[in-house]
Amino acid sequence: MDVSQYLEIFIDETKEHLQSLNTQILDLEQDSENADTINEIFRAAHSLKGMAGTMGYKRMQNLTHDMENVFSEVRNGNIKVKANMIDILFQCLDALEEYLDNIQSSADEGTNDNEPLIKALNQILAGNEAEAVEEAAPEVPEIKEEKPIPQAVKPDQDAKWTTIVLGDSEKTVIGKAFEQGKKVYGLTVYVQESCILKAARAFLVFKAMESLGEIIVSSPSAQDIEDEQFENDFSIFVLSDRSLEEVIEAAESVSEIEKVVGGALDLSQSPSRQSQTVSEEKEPAGETEKSVQPEAGRAKEAAAKAEPVEKAAERHEAVQEAPQTSAPASRQEKKPAANKPVVNRTVRVDIEKLDSLMNLVSELIIAKNSLVSISATSASDSSTASAFNEQIEYLESVTTNLHESVMKVRMVPIESVVQKFPRMIRDLQKKLGKKMELYMSGEETELDRTVVDEIGDPLMHLLRNAADHGLESAELRKERGKPATGSIHLDAYQDGNNVIIEVSDDGGGIDVTGVKEKAISRGVITPEQAENMSDKDIVNLLFLPSFSTAEKVTDVSGRGVGLDVVKSKIEALSGEVDVKTKFGEGSVWTIRLPLTLAIIQALMVVVGDEKYAISLGSIETIENITDQDIKYVQAKEVINLRGAVIPLIRLDDMLDIRKERSGDDNLVVVIVRKGDKQAGLVVDELIGQQEIVIKSLGKYINKCKFISGATILGDGEVALILDANAMF
Amino acid sequence: MDELNTNAMYMMESDEDGYVAPQITQFIVVKFGEEQYGIDIKYVDNIVRMQHITRVPKVSNYIKGVINLRGEVVPVMSIRLKMDLADDVETKATRIIILKLEQHCNIGILVDEVKEVVNLEESQIERVSYEAKDDKSNFIYGIGKYDGGLISLLDLNTVALDKEAVS
Repeated sequence: MDVSQYLEIFIDETKEHLQSLNTQILDLEQDSENADTINEIFRAAHSLKGMAGTMGYKRMQNLTHDMENVFSEVRNGNIKVKANMIDILFQCLDALEEYLDNIQSSADEGTNDNEPLIKALNQILAGNEAEAVEEAAPEVPEIKEEKPIPQAVKPDQDAKWTTIVLGDSEKTVIGKAFEQGKKVYGLTVYVQESCILKAARAFLVFKAMESLGEIIVSSPSAQDIEDEQFENDFSIFVLSDRSLEEVIEAAESVSEIEKVVGGALDLSQSPSRQSQTVSEEKEPAGETEKSVQPEAGRAKEAAAKAEPVEKAAERHEAVQEAPQTSAPASRQEKKPAANKPVVNRTVRVDIEKLDSLMNLVSELIIAKNSLVSISATSASDSSTASAFNEQIEYLESVTTNLHESVMKVRMVPIESVVQKFPRMIRDLQKKLGKKMELYMSGEETELDRTVVDEIGDPLMHLLRNAADHGLESAELRKERGKPATGSIHLDAYQDGNNVIIEVSDDGGGIDVTGVKEKAISRGVITPEQAENMSDKDIVNLLFLPSFSTAEKVTDVSGRGVGLDVVKSKIEALSGEVDVKTKFGEGSVWTIRLPLTLAIIQALMVVVGDEKYAISLGSIETIENITDQDIKYVQAKEVINLRGAVIPLIRLDDMLDIRKERSGDDNLVVVIVRKGDKQAGLVVDELIGQQEIVIKSLGKYINKCKFISGATILGDGEVALILDANAMF
Repeated sequence: MDELNTNAMYMMESDEDGYVAPQITQFIVVKFGEEQYGIDIKYVDNIVRMQHITRVPKVSNYIKGVINLRGEVVPVMSIRLKMDLADDVETKATRIIILKLEQHCNIGILVDEVKEVVNLEESQIERVSYEAKDDKSNFIYGIGKYDGGLISLLDLNTVALDKEAVS
């Protein structure tokens, strides 16, 4: 069965389910009696099992199956939630994540059977009080027993399609189909009980069927199915020239479809079924004749085709047999929770579509810019000019709104990233033997999708750092008069055009002298340098590559590949990371990220005959200076600006721009800032401030470090964006 | 073009009669000076007139810069400089051929002139043997023969996919 096209959906959905399982089990640990939580866990586990089964990941299916059994017992009140059970369940989730990782990288689940886990799960099932064993025991064999039951009885129960009553017009259609040598199949599709949008799934099945053939009739009617007026199954007659197996596969490939039972409407193959159909019809003779004739004709036409028909029948049986194994399990749970908790309904939007939308908006802005440039040049007639300006203002407000709304589509709450942290802290607590509590706020703060995807690792690192290095051991905390349980805060909030994420702990803070000594012993700085460094400078040494102060290397942190990676990752997102610390009282790590990356305010400048854009965010001031103001320090040009000595950068030299230096001794200098360093960029002319759309230069040009991208100006020309941060 | 396509289709269909349709590849014939080169049409996204190219500093000399192609920023490279020929001289006939070699990764190449589109059968293409390849002809994988003469077939993967080396 080719399910590769569904792989992406599978991975996405599995991730979601795993995440919800993680959260719910954490909740369960706190409140082991909460029925809603248990139900939710059960549903997630069940859907996971179904999905893994559909995709053919047997090991994953086995593991989730056993997990589901445990949850089922918990739900029935036969097993009480215990600490060791939670641990095992978390290990199971880790194992599932491992499967998922394998699947993601190679489309194969790997070979790890995770037998110890399955054994442990079964022990939970078996190792309970006597009554629990009684309850659990019959359940397991039940599944096994049902397998060998001859399915002669079953199909008729499951294959509800045999009971569809055909109308005259349908019979005519079927008759014609037989004449054309097409086949008619009856299918009964079972939708998973946990499925929320049954109608949507049914619609997908219908669509899949229509791609293979034609749907003649359905029970209940198509309208009813659309309105979700059906239980968990519906039956259809499909007219197709494909094999039965293909048709069933197509239907089963729709996610959240429990199983599909089907058979060919064929006299010679299934007399019993036909008779059943016949008995319900008023004029059986006509139909039979119509069907028989073409059947005979077809047989003559190609004797070889008879074999495939038989094969199809065999397959049909095989297909019926397969779902049997999962059927009992699903039947046991015939108690869907009456009040479904509100599930967050999300729309998955292809990021590519969003990008193209983004593109459209950017072109709109370009159009606006061109209008602006026209208005600047041809403002001769005053009345037309004012009307023109009005239009521009209107266009400007439209583009701004459009920009905002599209950006909002791209924005996702950071929740998706931070919700895995409570689980991580819980694990760290056990591993490190420290008591700690994670408090999160502002999970709903939204950031650009691309940023959110990248922010997870740096945050995780900071949290681990806080847990491992930040928080002291229980004894030391007592000594310092702090509560035994350490607290770590993760707060996110919006601040103007930035989003701030703070990771703070009430631990020991950074030992500045310790860092200083370490830096000197590692040769990062000389003792003399250390003398002149402020505490802040020393703390910033932590962001240098391969600098770890952990006395002993634990597997939680302290491999020295931490903070520098955090810093570079944040900076790659045009953000900043900063730390404030007080020895003995704790530290606060602050990440500042721009809300959006795609459109920025920039200052356009001219150097030689080329135009460049400089992000307004990094510009401090613009100064007019004369040649006399230029001083030399170590043969480099500097200026003394209100007491600060600022190095000058001649952009024409730096960017190899060929131009004659004019004799004019007035220079325009754009002062840019990075952190607390400043530099002056010498430009020829200023054009003005403009909203620019950042475009990538593509894969072929990525070696110029001074250029962070390009933008398209109003006249259609491309201007490059200078990366002021790279100038230092 | 459509006519050519249907022609090719027709030849494909005749397979059933036991007739093996010759594999036909379409090439755009371009000129660098007096020499004719062929570019496999399946890589060609677009041909645009010469326009202002924005120079990008600190990149290899054969990267001429970037242009605006309907809202996309597309790098433009000079095949002439890459093949150590004299630098391009902009004329009325100069064109930029936009190649689509990978998804979302267009690159433009400068050519002196675009002449025509030709169909070449496999038999009309003479592969350049490996030994004959010296450094300069590395960009050519074969020679095509047709009525108009000989065309050198550009191996675009080596021409363009050789990503910008640090200079």
